[in-house]
Amino acid sequence: MSYFPYLVAGLVFMIGIAGVVTSRNLIHLVVCLSVAQSGTYILLLAIGYRSGGTAPIFKGISEKAKTVDPVVQALTLTDVVVSVVVAALLLALALDVQKNEETLDPEELPSMRS
Amino acid sequence: MTSLVPLTVALPFLAAAALAAFGHFLHPVIDDAVALVAAAGTTGLCVALVVGTADAPIQYAFGGWEPRHGVVLGIEFSVDPLAAAIAALAALLATASLLASWHYFDEAGHLWSVLVLLFLGGMVGFALSDDIFNLFVWFEVMGVSAFALTAYRKDEPGPLQGALNFAILNSIGALAFLVSIALLYGRTGGLNLAQIGHALTGPPDRLVVVAFVLLLLGFLTKAGAIPFHFWLADAYSVAPVPVCLLLSGVMSDLGLKGIERVYWPIFSETFAGHEVTVRSILVAVGVATMTIGAIMAFLQANLKRMLAFATVSQIGLVLIAGSLLTADGVAGSTLIAVAEGLVRGGLFLCVGVIVTALGDANELRLHGRARHMRVTPLLFLVGVLGLAHLPPFGPFLGVSLVEKGADSLGWSWLSPVIMVSSAIVAAALLRAGARIFLGLGEPGDPALVSLQRPETAGEEEPSEDAGRSRRLTFMAAPASCLLVVAFGLAFAPDLAGHAIQAAERVVDPAQHAVAVLERQPPPPQGPRPSYSPALSSYLYAAGSVLLTLVLAAAGLHRRRVSRATGRVAARVAAAGADRLTALHSGAIGDYVTWQTVGGAILGGLFALTLT
Repeated sequence: MSYFPYLVAGLVFMIGIAGVVTSRNLIHLVVCLSVAQSGTYILLLAIGYRSGGTAPIFKGISEKAKTVDPVVQALTLTDVVVSVVVAALLLALALDVQKNEETLDPEELPSMRS
Repeated sequence: MTSLVPLTVALPFLAAAALAAFGHFLHPVIDDAVALVAAAGTTGLCVALVVGTADAPIQYAFGGWEPRHGVVLGIEFSVDPLAAAIAALAALLATASLLASWHYFDEAGHLWSVLVLLFLGGMVGFALSDDIFNLFVWFEVMGVSAFALTAYRKDEPGPLQGALNFAILNSIGALAFLVSIALLYGRTGGLNLAQIGHALTGPPDRLVVVAFVLLLLGFLTKAGAIPFHFWLADAYSVAPVPVCLLLSGVMSDLGLKGIERVYWPIFSETFAGHEVTVRSILVAVGVATMTIGAIMAFLQANLKRMLAFATVSQIGLVLIAGSLLTADGVAGSTLIAVAEGLVRGGLFLCVGVIVTALGDANELRLHGRARHMRVTPLLFLVGVLGLAHLPPFGPFLGVSLVEKGADSLGWSWLSPVIMVSSAIVAAALLRAGARIFLGLGEPGDPALVSLQRPETAGEEEPSEDAGRSRRLTFMAAPASCLLVVAFGLAFAPDLAGHAIQAAERVVDPAQHAVAVLERQPPPPQGPRPSYSPALSSYLYAAGSVLLTLVLAAAGLHRRRVSRATGRVAARVAAAGADRLTALHSGAIGDYVTWQTVGGAILGGLFALTLT
């Protein structure tokens, strides 16, 4: 098993976070968050991968067949569902910000302090 | 008793689903009644579980997936009295929140109740779950419903920005949590907490330390510990009061309970021998959170933002308590979380009364305008005394336990830190109360931070209609109930003894592992320790109350005080306050940078000391 997938997962995660930090557009920011989330999918799938393994569906194949880990796939699927909900909510908020403030730049929003 | 466990989450979720499907067709009063009955029923169930698990914790395997041969495949709930107490706190606050929102909004709509019930279900699940991925799902369920509730008044600018900061910071925290789960699963092949801990043996290596730090990053962000707290002040100061009740009263504490939930079964054995390191780092974070939160609270003129920073400060106290890593500390942290959570809830409702009646939450603009109020000032004063740990009531009991725990470790210096920080927080609120209800003090104070725009955001214009007094009653009544419960906790028979006994089970991971993996009942415990607060705790609490009075008076007459202390001291203090305030810039990029830097510092410290 090579380290390459873990390297990619870490890079994608950090690129996403860097995008969130520097973003000047709320929609871009939400997409950056999704990019960071994709890093976690890669990590999860890489952890469950077994080289030469087949899909973990035991119908029609021997019970002793080598398969990849189904648990991380279930976790990834759950995580996808959760992230869709969060992204939808954030995009809805971004829409309302555009409607009220006529800008999507987080730095032009009325500040929370004096 | 075991069959009650799934009902604690099923009841709020089923009621929420039913309301979402049919609420539109029914009379609003029926909708409200259904939501209220579901929340009150959940409270009853959770209280029953607190009492029912006093002798032995309950393990509940969903779908009958009992562990076989020491392997847990299914998702389990593990109910002990301390976890159930936090769940009961969440349910009680949700009931109060639904009651208050009944008349807080002109037309709340049934979707409001749906979101509150989803939030409640998420919090109860998070408090009771014994499976790390399941914890993540509850973390997100309560997160998403809390984001939506914060932005409920989406036509106004404040709630939108607060909810955005809240959602983005917490989502990044959740991502860190998920990466940590992936690492732990990859190492151990388990998702059940006891299973993971059973597989993690020997001294910690880098992967375990990274997983621990990422978990901390997620949970400390949810809790709002410094430097992960920036979103908290923004969100809590713009969310509608009935939501603040839940956010401030219980959600922040749940973040810290999450740390406790995973630390003991998973990490405590592999970190054995490094307790002093873990304790030192986490207590340092707690002390920083407690003091900076207190100073920031003192600098605010807006009551809701003041209470938001008071929450930060008290989160620091709960973090200190839990991080002592002793049974006394764990018991104390739960007692403080419950008692102070109820007190903060009561105070937020008092602020709700002020905002509904006068249309503002700024202590300077409200100077003397609430002289006509009779009940609210009393409730407010009771809440302030709760924040100052007035003996012998509920909040004092928890703090005295923490002081006992700190003394037994030789860390007695924590007691004066707790005393001074609590006094600063209580003094900030007492000062505001004296200005608003009594019209005392200087009418203006340029040193206090007022928000520019979102001042009344999320609130209603003051209305002069006949229903107003009824609306105020609907907020004052739950406020007094919450405060009575918080103060009365001290008089529940032998509460501290029960809490210590329950905490002794929490801090014994081997016993928990046997209960989960082998399904062996726990060995009977020795006689229940009887507990009464030490004399020094009474003295510190009395000092805290006195200091509160002094600081509040100083805050009311700040100009006179700064003339007396001399120009240089006043200028240095003002410059420091400006610097601190400027950090809370409201910009998401800054906040995420702080979060990342904070995580990196924590990670560096743990990596250098643990491996």
